[in-house]
Amino acid sequence: MSCQQVGEFLDAYLDKELDVVASSQFDRHLLECSACRAKYERYAQMHESVRAHMEYFRAPAALEQKLRAQVSPSVRLQSEVPRRNWFPGWRQWAVAASLAAVLLLTALLVQIARRPSASDMLAQQVVSSHIRSLLANHLSDVISTDQHTVKPWFAGKLDFAPAVEDLASKGFPLIGGRLDYLDNRTVAALVYKRRQHTINLFLWPSPEPDSTPRTLTIRGYNLVHWTHAHMAFWAVSDVNASDLGQFARDLGS
Amino acid sequence: MAKEVRNTRQELFEETVLPYLNSAYNLARWLTRNQHDAEDIVQEAFLRALRSFDTFTIGRDARAWLLSIVRNSCRTWHRQNRSRETTVDWDVDSQPTLAEWSDPQTLLIKNANSELIREAMERLPFEHREILILRELEELSYKEIAQIVDIPLGTVMSRISRARKELYLLLSQPKGELAL
Repeated sequence: MSCQQVGEFLDAYLDKELDVVASSQFDRHLLECSACRAKYERYAQMHESVRAHMEYFRAPAALEQKLRAQVSPSVRLQSEVPRRNWFPGWRQWAVAASLAAVLLLTALLVQIARRPSASDMLAQQVVSSHIRSLLANHLSDVISTDQHTVKPWFAGKLDFAPAVEDLASKGFPLIGGRLDYLDNRTVAALVYKRRQHTINLFLWPSPEPDSTPRTLTIRGYNLVHWTHAHMAFWAVSDVNASDLGQFARDLGS
Repeated sequence: MAKEVRNTRQELFEETVLPYLNSAYNLARWLTRNQHDAEDIVQEAFLRALRSFDTFTIGRDARAWLLSIVRNSCRTWHRQNRSRETTVDWDVDSQPTLAEWSDPQTLLIKNANSELIREAMERLPFEHREILILRELEELSYKEIAQIVDIPLGTVMSRISRARKELYLLLSQPKGELAL
């Protein structure tokens, strides 16, 4: 690969979009040519700095509420197009009576469906904990990017040993840990970063069987929940859902 | 029975598409450059997505699907509001290449804060702003971007290069000399 080609492929290389062959040719050229290496490093630093300072506009909470409200009724409307009743006399009453019964049943079902489940209430708690940790500026009790510092810090403070993994190489650097209180018990909270976003990962022992990740959104925050090897995991952040999904996968959910 | 089907469709929409609200809003906010129009566009885009949700096959990338709806709405909005345009109009090819940039220039770029970056971004043409948001903030692959913007893969690559060069050149101008 020539110096000119290196210039042409700079962005594609930076974005990891070159195919294996071109990418290794690029690597080799950088090893051999100090001028291009310096140029690439300068460019990569510049790019990372600009990207890190690029604002991410999060949707206002009011917009999300409005959308949720709109999504539900418009779906209902579609199948509840009023139908004209051609039944005469008593049949009309019979139809009306059975309709009333159906409505009553529906109302009951909706009530049951609306009742927040234990898991939903826990999800709310997780979001509240996350917000609290950011508001009170009380993210970490042990501030360290080293998993070997964070893990021993929990010893003696919890009745279980949380697995502490640093995912810096995957773009989720560990920045610390702290104790938190969820689901009526003390839990481990690990704090990770994704660009300027903070991810809180809560974990504690759970009798539940292993489960695949479930994603949900509450008040604009994304959550992923899964159970693995008798540990419950809840990841919460304002980072986009696909990044959080990736985070869960990198943790081996 | 009907209720069950209805609920699953609604739940499915809430589970697969609604989580990308922030992605949708972020793109619309950058492309319209104001909160009010961004909210309107996102709201309209979600309703449109809901209406055509039956054509969406499960397993497809919901974020890419939603973002293509949002960017198309923004594109229409942009055509109607073109008069507000204050973007740069220059030939980047005639500008110095990276190798010729001075150290003070690159330092200015590296030290640029969020506000300066936003100002510079807002001066980029629509297509360049769009592709940078999809790449730098949504971190989408060239292939995903090609699908959303509906352009060939090769164009994605050259457009990203151009857009970055424009942005970095704008940022490398000392303050007050942004009038290019």
